[in-house]
Amino acid sequence: MERRFRTIQGGAAKQNTESFFDYTFLITVFFLLGFGLIMIYSSSSYKANLTFGDSSYYLKKQLLATAIGLVAMFIVSRIPYHAWEKLAIPGLIVSIILIFMVLTPLGYEANGARRWLNLGISLQPAEVAKLGIILFMSYMVCSVGRGIRKPKTLIVLLLPVIFVFLIVWKITENMSSAIIIMGIAVAIIFVASPDYRKFVILALGVIALAALLVYMLKQNQDASSLGFRFQRILAWLNPEAYASGKGFQTLQALYAIGSGGIFGKGLGESMQKLGFLPEAQNDMIFSIICEELGLFGAMAVIMLFLLLIWRCMIIANNAPDLFGALLVVGVMSHFAIQVILNIAVCTNTIPNTGISLPFISYGGSSVVFLLIEVGLVLNVARSIRLKEL
Amino acid sequence: MMSLEMKNKISHRKKIVVTFLICATSFFLLIGRLAYLMIWKSEYYTEQATKLHERERPIKAARGRLLDRDGNVLADNKTVCTISVIHSQIEDEEKVIAFLCDKLMLSEETVRKRVEKISAMEKIKSNVPKEIGDAIREADIPGIKVDEDYKRYYPYGDLASKVLGFTGADNQGIIGLEVIYDEYLKGTEGKVLTVTDAKGIELEAVGEHRLEPIAGNDLVLSLDTNIQSYAYQLAKQVQASKEADRVSFLVMNPQTGEILAMVDVPEFDLNNPYTITEGYKELWDKEQARKQPKQTDVSDETIIEAIKEKTPQELEQEMLNGMWRNGCINDTYEPGSTFKVITAAAALEADVVTTEDSFHCPGYVIVEDRRIRCHKTTGHGSENFVQGTMNSCNPVFVTVGLRVGVKNYYNYMKKFGLLDRTNIDLPGEAGTIMHQPDNIGEVELATMSFGQSFQITPLQLATTVSSIVNGGRRITPHIGMRVQTAEGKVLKTFSYPVKKQIISEETSETMQMMLEQVVENGSGKKGYVEGFSIGGKTATSQTLPRGSGRYIASFVGFSPADNPQILALVVIHNPQGTYYGGQIAAPVVRQLFENILPYLQDRGYNKCQDF
Repeated sequence: MERRFRTIQGGAAKQNTESFFDYTFLITVFFLLGFGLIMIYSSSSYKANLTFGDSSYYLKKQLLATAIGLVAMFIVSRIPYHAWEKLAIPGLIVSIILIFMVLTPLGYEANGARRWLNLGISLQPAEVAKLGIILFMSYMVCSVGRGIRKPKTLIVLLLPVIFVFLIVWKITENMSSAIIIMGIAVAIIFVASPDYRKFVILALGVIALAALLVYMLKQNQDASSLGFRFQRILAWLNPEAYASGKGFQTLQALYAIGSGGIFGKGLGESMQKLGFLPEAQNDMIFSIICEELGLFGAMAVIMLFLLLIWRCMIIANNAPDLFGALLVVGVMSHFAIQVILNIAVCTNTIPNTGISLPFISYGGSSVVFLLIEVGLVLNVARSIRLKEL
Repeated sequence: MMSLEMKNKISHRKKIVVTFLICATSFFLLIGRLAYLMIWKSEYYTEQATKLHERERPIKAARGRLLDRDGNVLADNKTVCTISVIHSQIEDEEKVIAFLCDKLMLSEETVRKRVEKISAMEKIKSNVPKEIGDAIREADIPGIKVDEDYKRYYPYGDLASKVLGFTGADNQGIIGLEVIYDEYLKGTEGKVLTVTDAKGIELEAVGEHRLEPIAGNDLVLSLDTNIQSYAYQLAKQVQASKEADRVSFLVMNPQTGEILAMVDVPEFDLNNPYTITEGYKELWDKEQARKQPKQTDVSDETIIEAIKEKTPQELEQEMLNGMWRNGCINDTYEPGSTFKVITAAAALEADVVTTEDSFHCPGYVIVEDRRIRCHKTTGHGSENFVQGTMNSCNPVFVTVGLRVGVKNYYNYMKKFGLLDRTNIDLPGEAGTIMHQPDNIGEVELATMSFGQSFQITPLQLATTVSSIVNGGRRITPHIGMRVQTAEGKVLKTFSYPVKKQIISEETSETMQMMLEQVVENGSGKKGYVEGFSIGGKTATSQTLPRGSGRYIASFVGFSPADNPQILALVVIHNPQGTYYGGQIAAPVVRQLFENILPYLQDRGYNKCQDF
């Protein structure tokens, strides 16, 4: 890909109007999707066979969702991204409506959380909101222009984000998606703002707050008086002590990861997927990857994701305008935050929160919306005029 | 304007790169975290995960055998099968139930309950004969599992049943030697480690990891199967001919304390220890009826209530416990005249009597205000101490006992070891039931000197008499000799304490002589064996309460009289008709000696002490 990038630059001198298509990015996505399908089959076949009598039950459903997603990606990649500017505000409003619809009889509960909508096909409004926030923030930041330097403008910009953050967190009981939404917004503002200071302060503030919370919890570990999420934090600090409760999944994930060792047990050889590790094909799929493919397999997966966001960075840096660049930055931060959070949860680096691994975890809405975002990035890449490089 | 846009663009680009670098740094930190978990913590988590995935199934270890002194196998193992069902593997429940009911002779209800129970593995029946187990395995019905294990098997059935004991379902000893030597016999259980999924279903593809069991070691006993069989036959004969309740028969080496035979009729079948022996129920009922207090001031209702309190299961268990009781060691009795051996030894040792001392028996003796009768009411007339012993004359022994005095007599009993247990290697040995030393007056001492008003076990009597005639060394009776591997390699030889000189060798020799006279010319004549020198003493005692018309006839005999190598004690409880020890017990020992002395002679008897 390094070579390809050079050819682009080299080609600039000869063919000034040649448009650019980022094959590296697309192939990486395809690779992740294919790998994800293999891992979904590996991690879910036992459970699928036991529950549905069909070991490829989850694989088939995911294949269908992936196919839909690929079609959506193809279409989106053909739509000039400036067309989305008009949809930025309505898109966010639709997202918010969808979130509220979870409270109606259309919403349904699965795995102990009410975060799905049944609209003929099942849909997670939080996934829609992630895309919505990318479009909305990119559009709004562009339209305020230099106003971004003013604190007042910044607050006005952040208000809808905080609103979406809160409803995703509270209504769909999905804190991890709320964090991603906030993360995407902060990343877009960070890129658009000329300074670093307030972001450094923000980061330090968040870290200090988290540290204070953990410290206070450690001081009085009377778990019974603490709420649901605090118990999660205690389980994070000492999963063994909460092995039969909140620490169970984390501990099972650690068993899977640790027992994988450097080279793993071999594809399909996971023991933990045999009913021990809950959500093996979903949030915890990375643990199964570690168990079966070892540290090398896990590193290869992380490298693929690194390649993916590196291509996003290249595309963003070469986008013809700020809107395009911010769209790609939004998508890039979405991918990166989700990967980081998922792996951090699996390895018990942070407290357990339900979050899937992009392109690999089982989940229909997730893969469709991820591929729509890929389509967006591809269209921005396509718009790169080589003369602009 | 253009330059400002360029400036902005450069700023944006820098920030995009920074964003990317932050993400990339996070990625690398996570790789570090993964490396920590998957390299440094790998061993720990692998171990934890393995523990989670593996299930243990124990494999029974073959229990060590019980061998008699010549290596005859008294307790062995037989391969049997355990039939289980694995719920998740069953395809046709009805077929499995019908098949198992048919093969295992179980009620449909029992089998159905176990087959339909949702568990990883449910045991249907254990101790199934190998042939049936093989047939079930060959039928190969999904869900049925046949595991082989061992069952204790006693080739001689009821021989020495109360001594050997038997084992329970988990291969542990329940009574007898099987209990005492459990630690040597039981071996170490093996394990089958199987990998299972979260529901406990075994994963066949992964295979199993076996930890082989270690078989238990063999125990060599002092018992001699031939002598045990003779003694058992004779005890059964006399029980039948005299319609006696029970007959205890002990044969031991008085020099070492090795038990050669220990019989307590009625015995039971070791291969079916939970089946009441034929005729035992009648005996049990008879004994229970005797125990019931005579209706005095207790109303009928309270008695009925007392009986009602016990459930049929409890009564059944009580009856089994009664059947398993070893009368030689678990029960006590009034030894009667055989105890005169101890009184004589104490008196000789205390120097209050010599063999030449003369006595006069008018048929009774007055102690304080009591008149104690001799069994010969017309009196033995003039006699010396040896003759008094030959006649088993009560007045002589009362006189001698009183000469020893209460304090000394009690001290001799203590010194002889009569107040302690013998410490034989069998469970549940009963202790001596004796007056408190402060409560012994002249009358008590008088009755004690001819073996009444206290109780000891037959084994205690045999052991004490052995110690008196073996030169005066108090030996510890025992059965376990050594532990060895199945190949015969000796691992451990047991040694038992011997108390030196409870009486002098001189006294011991005098006792040998006097007791030989008892058999040659006295009350023990029927114990005489042509061509062998035999010593012995008879006893006939009325059981408590006096006047019940029930007697205990006994005889203790040993040979050769001047250097005893074998000692036998027979105790016949409640014989009908003639009940004198000299008439009915002495012949039993004689018949045994007639049979076994020539046999023992072949084996170096009378030449070497350690035959």
